[in-house]
Amino acid sequence: MSAVYVWVETFNGQPNPASWEALGAGRTLAAKAGVPLTALIFGENAAQVAATAAQYGADSAIICEDATLSGFRLEPYAALLTKMVEANQPVAVLAVGTSRARELLAASAADTNGGLLTEVTEFTAQDDGTITAMRPVYAGKIISQAVIKAGKTQFLALRGRAFAPNAIDEAAAADITTAEPALSEADISTKIESFQAETGSVSLTDAAIIVSGGRGMANNPKDAPADAGDAAVWKAQDGFEHTIKPLAEVLGAAVGASRAAVDAGYIPYAHQVGQTGKTVSPDLYIACGISGAIQHQAGMRTSKVIVAINKDADAPIFKLAQYGLVGDLYAIVPSLTAELKKRLNKS
Amino acid sequence: MHIVTFTRSTPDTAVRVEVDSSGTVSWGDAATVVNPWDEYALEEAILQAEKTSGTTTVLAIGPEMHNEALKHSLAMGMKEAVRIWDPALENSDSLAYATTAAAAVRKLDDVSLVIFGKESIDVGTDQHNYQTARKLGWPMLSYVSRILEVDAAAKTIKVERLLEQGKQIVTSKLPAVISVMKDINEPRYPSFIGIRKAAKAQIPEWSLADLAVDLPAAQTKVTAFSNPPARDVQVEMLAGSPEEQAAKLVERLLEEKVL
Repeated sequence: MSAVYVWVETFNGQPNPASWEALGAGRTLAAKAGVPLTALIFGENAAQVAATAAQYGADSAIICEDATLSGFRLEPYAALLTKMVEANQPVAVLAVGTSRARELLAASAADTNGGLLTEVTEFTAQDDGTITAMRPVYAGKIISQAVIKAGKTQFLALRGRAFAPNAIDEAAAADITTAEPALSEADISTKIESFQAETGSVSLTDAAIIVSGGRGMANNPKDAPADAGDAAVWKAQDGFEHTIKPLAEVLGAAVGASRAAVDAGYIPYAHQVGQTGKTVSPDLYIACGISGAIQHQAGMRTSKVIVAINKDADAPIFKLAQYGLVGDLYAIVPSLTAELKKRLNKS
Repeated sequence: MHIVTFTRSTPDTAVRVEVDSSGTVSWGDAATVVNPWDEYALEEAILQAEKTSGTTTVLAIGPEMHNEALKHSLAMGMKEAVRIWDPALENSDSLAYATTAAAAVRKLDDVSLVIFGKESIDVGTDQHNYQTARKLGWPMLSYVSRILEVDAAAKTIKVERLLEQGKQIVTSKLPAVISVMKDINEPRYPSFIGIRKAAKAQIPEWSLADLAVDLPAAQTKVTAFSNPPARDVQVEMLAGSPEEQAAKLVERLLEEKVL
């Protein structure tokens, strides 16, 4: 049992800062096992990312900058991780469970018949090496406690924003070694043809603050133009653009939505929070015109502070909220935006 | 082209799911539905089979309750359904699921494409999707938001994937495993005739012996379920004109240090 591995995710050569949370979680595990904490970095600019990983607590780093690893593809990444796990038998492999990380860890766990738990919100290692972890199931309605046996490399994909990163140490440096890729281009079945970046929006899963709109978005007092196909849809879309978005911009927040709003065509699916959308746990969640159906609650109930703005004082969302504002969101949200502009610029 | 999907029965998303006094997950008398993410996989399988004059099979790994999801799938228009179950799969983990799923796909023999829903809400994970692809030794394309092209003759597929940072177009060799997102299609409602036909369907059951497969040793085990802690908050209602409400809220949020 050689080390605790943490996969540091990169995109265009830049580290995903959420990866530092995995180094934070990995340090306790490495200390308990008496092994080094090793960052794994694949793709372009890996050496430089390794230097940053050291500042966040990695004792060593293994890098591979081969051209086949530019841009995440499961086959070459999984083949390399599996090769490293088989050769070095690490105690555990950790990563913050983004979509890529869950895929990578699952693939390598399958290759090595190792145990994997995903969406882990807390875990402890027993003296015999068994890991006990907590994770949400049934779309967050139930918490499951599960164990991963000791003796084989254990895989943990962590829920984002559930673990704290280590304090940064500017002076720290890691011992960097280079690995050879496991596959050549000819062995790989997939090819990335093109990529179109989503610009200017804050990602829901990483956001510290989220402002969401629901069915109530259709109560926009503005008149829809005569040529608008569906007046309610036009009103709601206009509301997301000119009422919700300005508030989100002042707060540096991501824009979310309820399933009702997405299904009605008010906003694209990528914004959906809830059981068949994204699960989020920001510091602040502002629900505007959202009644709070069980399936929405499942996706946001772990938010630290919840604010509900709704015209119906009996809406279930108020049972979850810390602060409730009964009234018309189209009157309250612009006032809130104006007030925040005033207060945040002052302080 | 032969397209396979996997499904399972999960509690209706609108019902309250709780851990009862015996520590068991319960949803009372409420009905089960097709795992919500699977509806998109089933719809896509039916659409792609229509386009390629192919055929479809839906598989479920689990005890008899999963026949409900299989019957719904047949009612939607899937051609064949098989349930796989064996006492050895009781309380098993994703490695056992993926090993079994891969063996079932191999037994069907001529499969070109396996389509999964994004995740299974009951187990709260998507790991079995990727693990099934690895056990098959096939490429995996996850988070597919659109299938752009399937070339059965050249054995290639071209898809659009919805990633955290944007949209990616990827091509892959077939056979392959894909998982699809919610906005890929609009799942159809089963027709009345479809429902009647499905109700009468006898769903074959395969055991591990039928698949001639040995399961890897389980590495993970669920030890307990619990209800999430209740949100320990008493709502404070902020009254007044919209301006007053906004001012009060900002005051509180600054005190909470969440801004």
